[in-house]
Amino acid sequence: MMPRTKAPWEIERRLVVKAEEETDPRFGQKPNERPPQDYIRFGVINLDKPAGPSSHEVTAWVKRLLSLEHAGHGGTLEA
Amino acid sequence: MTGVLPIALEEATKVIQALLLSGKEYVCVMRLHSQVPEERIKATLDEFCGTIYQRPPVRASVKRRLRTRKIYYLGLLETDGKNVLFRVGCEAGTYVRKLCYDLGEALGCGAHMRELRRTRAGPFLENEGLVTLHDVSYMFTLWQETSDEGLLRKFIYPMEEALRPLPKIYIRDSAVDALCHGAHLAAPGVLSIETGIKPKDAVAVFTQKGEAVSLATALVSTEEILRMDHGLVAKTQRVLMPRGVYPKMWRSGL
Repeated sequence: MMPRTKAPWEIERRLVVKAEEETDPRFGQKPNERPPQDYIRFGVINLDKPAGPSSHEVTAWVKRLLSLEHAGHGGTLEA
Repeated sequence: MTGVLPIALEEATKVIQALLLSGKEYVCVMRLHSQVPEERIKATLDEFCGTIYQRPPVRASVKRRLRTRKIYYLGLLETDGKNVLFRVGCEAGTYVRKLCYDLGEALGCGAHMRELRRTRAGPFLENEGLVTLHDVSYMFTLWQETSDEGLLRKFIYPMEEALRPLPKIYIRDSAVDALCHGAHLAAPGVLSIETGIKPKDAVAVFTQKGEAVSLATALVSTEEILRMDHGLVAKTQRVLMPRGVYPKMWRSGL
């Protein structure tokens, strides 16, 4: 049998420190602390796609529903 | 198809390329054209684990030439007569419809895909924060009426979540804005780094606050990056953070 390839989500990684430095609290913010408008602008929805409409159509609905200028889906085009 | 479909909003659409390239998991109902003993089905599914050759189906969104795809796992869940329920973890761009057809050929009886549900797309799972269109509409309206921010967090993830499967490099505040202007990452800017990075690997560059700065391609391995005190370590592919969030701390060449 062929050697099994690990799925990307099965790979375990450790964080190694190269240098230490504090981050300045005056700039940026933790993703979960973004104000609502920014939280949406930098957001992703884990949507349960219904049967029937295409991924493209469903994405267009979400875009209209949330009055967005841009939205895109990250599934493959067709399985 | 039903199931996990990550939808990126506004600025977050820039992370889509990372999601498109990430592995997927599906649960599939395959219909055999004649009945086959369960043991043979199991053995055949086993044979398709690893690297397979696949020609995209007639109705495909890519050029129909033979290509290889990795099948990470492929396991039988249940059989009911000619219906076979299985779970498959596979590389991006694997056509499950074609996989069913090819399994049918290998079994000698012929088969086709009957139903398909995606249970994973990269970091996004079926049993973790999956919401329906109805949920989205309901919670968004409720948020507009109440301004309760907690509601947004119930159905929207920060775009950083989409980058979870990528190896990460954390950088100094002083390196952030240069990258936002398209500069490549140099060794002195690196504070910490995840293990297992090899040259040409896709990596995500983060601030210490956990904000995504850019998607990049590693030029050297984790070990080399740790040893280097100058030189480029990752080539910027896609800038995710707007300019000016962090101060400009670099000087343009004279």
